[in-house]
Amino acid sequence: MHYSNRKTLVVAASLAAILTVAGCHKKHPAPPPPPAPPPAAATPTATITANPTSINPGDQAVLTWQTTDATNVSIVGLGTVASSGTQSVRPTQTTSYHLVAQGDGGSADATATVTVNTAAPAPTAPSESNIDENAFEQNVKPIFYDYDSYDVRSDAQSTIQADASFLNQHPNLKVVVGGYCDDRGSTEYNLALGENRANAAKQALVTAGVSPDRLRTVSYGKEKQFCTEQNEACWQQNRRAQFTLDQ
Amino acid sequence: MTLSSPRKSVCFCLLLLFGFAVAPEPGAQAQDWVRTGTNLGVSKIRIAAADFKATTADTQTAGMKSAFDQTLYNDLRYAGIFDVVSKSMIPNTTPGTPQEMQVAQWSAEPSNAAMVAFGNLGVNGGRVNVQGFLFDTHSTTNPQVLGKQYGDTATVEAARQIAHRFADEIIQTLGGIPGIAETKIYFVSNRSGSKEIWVMDYDGMNPRQLTHLGTISLSPRVSPDNSKVAFSSLGKNGWSIRMFSLDLNRLVAFPAWGGTTLSPAWSSDGNHLAFSSARSGDPEIYVTDPSGQGERRLTAFRGPDVSPVWNPKTNGQIAWVSGRTRLPQIYIMDADGANITRMTDGGYATSPSWSPNGQFLTFAWNRSYGPGAPGGEDVYIMDIASKRWTQLTHDSGANDFPSWSPDSRHIVFQRQQGGHTEIWMMLADGTDQQQLTHGDGSNTQPDWSWK
Repeated sequence: MHYSNRKTLVVAASLAAILTVAGCHKKHPAPPPPPAPPPAAATPTATITANPTSINPGDQAVLTWQTTDATNVSIVGLGTVASSGTQSVRPTQTTSYHLVAQGDGGSADATATVTVNTAAPAPTAPSESNIDENAFEQNVKPIFYDYDSYDVRSDAQSTIQADASFLNQHPNLKVVVGGYCDDRGSTEYNLALGENRANAAKQALVTAGVSPDRLRTVSYGKEKQFCTEQNEACWQQNRRAQFTLDQ
Repeated sequence: MTLSSPRKSVCFCLLLLFGFAVAPEPGAQAQDWVRTGTNLGVSKIRIAAADFKATTADTQTAGMKSAFDQTLYNDLRYAGIFDVVSKSMIPNTTPGTPQEMQVAQWSAEPSNAAMVAFGNLGVNGGRVNVQGFLFDTHSTTNPQVLGKQYGDTATVEAARQIAHRFADEIIQTLGGIPGIAETKIYFVSNRSGSKEIWVMDYDGMNPRQLTHLGTISLSPRVSPDNSKVAFSSLGKNGWSIRMFSLDLNRLVAFPAWGGTTLSPAWSSDGNHLAFSSARSGDPEIYVTDPSGQGERRLTAFRGPDVSPVWNPKTNGQIAWVSGRTRLPQIYIMDADGANITRMTDGGYATSPSWSPNGQFLTFAWNRSYGPGAPGGEDVYIMDIASKRWTQLTHDSGANDFPSWSPDSRHIVFQRQQGGHTEIWMMLADGTDQQQLTHGDGSNTQPDWSWK
């Protein structure tokens, strides 16, 4: 299976991509000025992240925060919150969520920004130009199907969620959803079945928040095979929906 | 051409039919319905083909005469209605004209022929001229049944085509319906490096590449008037129907639909195309006019719907393959989408082709399909009115894409054996299987021309 060979490169590239994205969060661990008198109280800490950091209008993002040594924790706009937790938000425009943790030892703050795409999205998000085919495939993994079936299996749901999460973080990427079949059975029927597989994967991504405008299906039926041996392991490799950059 | 399998005896054929036909009636009658419905039912006429007499003596004539003799002999053999006298049993004479023909020599043992075809061939001024005759050996007073004269540019290929025309005259005269010796078979071959649409004579000779798209092209279907070939091809935006003009020898416009669009099928009047399209997100059967306009959607059920084919007798019904109950099955509906009837009772059934007389479907069926199941993919024939079926291929690789000949007597199909897929033909009762392509890439999805 040819795609396993370039793993090292792909991991490196995708790590770089993820770090670039994560770098946008502008954390302010805020080393507070050394508090003068009370010797005992520890300085609070605060972190907050949003996932995804970029959404389409109407979609939701999840804020996750943690604080330590704080007696009063609040997020500007949301009010007082627990010392750590998660909350989903649906901002209609780009919003910065400002977390403030106050304690006996001082205060700390952190900010997470959720970018809401406008109807005409910014031409490029800087991080996306770095995503090549390999990095894409490493992050947006294929899902596999049962024999003669186009139902998205329960064990594919976590893959779909991860794929959708990556795609939601990179809203300018367009995707070809390819439907593939093992090489048993008949040519024309497998092309129709592959179309159903591609469409089922597309629908799963749409359900997970990816805009259908970004997804295009192509059936390859049994015309293109990932693995050519005649055994179940190989056939399973070939019964898939594969995601590739639509360039 | 390799004559790969000797003709099986009537006894063997009977045994097969008895063994495999699920019919409420005994096997002997099952054989009757196949043989009668496929115009193979009457007893075969014993016919001899004399080597033609060369009227000019040069190597060019010899080459053309050899091609002519071989082609005529094969055409009569493949016709399915003759018991052709083996070349080793015919009299050691070469009558070139009626005056030189002594029918008693041919009706006598061992040739024992009821009919004899003979004539002469010569080259004059760059033209090949052929005179062909058919004599009834039992008529002493007026034995001539046919007398034909042909001329064409002097090439081996022209000599072969003249033999096909003379053979079709004989078959039409003695068999009652037009022969198939001048028909073509359209197919897919990757011998050029990519899957392209090709055409060859019905006997596997004279292959010619039609498309040069460099992608994957599949499912050729020639129009009833032999003017166009509809097929499906993979482009940047997926599969769409493409149209190749045989008159212009190039692609002509046909609208590209979104979504996987494939497996076109002509109605026998040439007025409609049926095909599968997933433009709605789910593969369904649609009908348009030959230019792709005036669309009507016929099916609306989740799951694959593909491979439609018209009832060529009436154009009032369509058979197709649907995965609505999971494994693909053959269904029939009216041409407006009403009256859906499931034809197959299980297994994995695909690739229907409707016989020109309207009576039968042939299709590929793996009756014990499943993960790990040892089933074979074979060609079957089904009587539509009774849903009785008979298996035509046995224990010979994976067989798919059967397509009827215009005389309803023959079926062409693909057979995968040992990693190679080749095109074969057989009589519609499963006998006389002949391999038509030989190891030149993979050769698949044959489509028999309408005339």
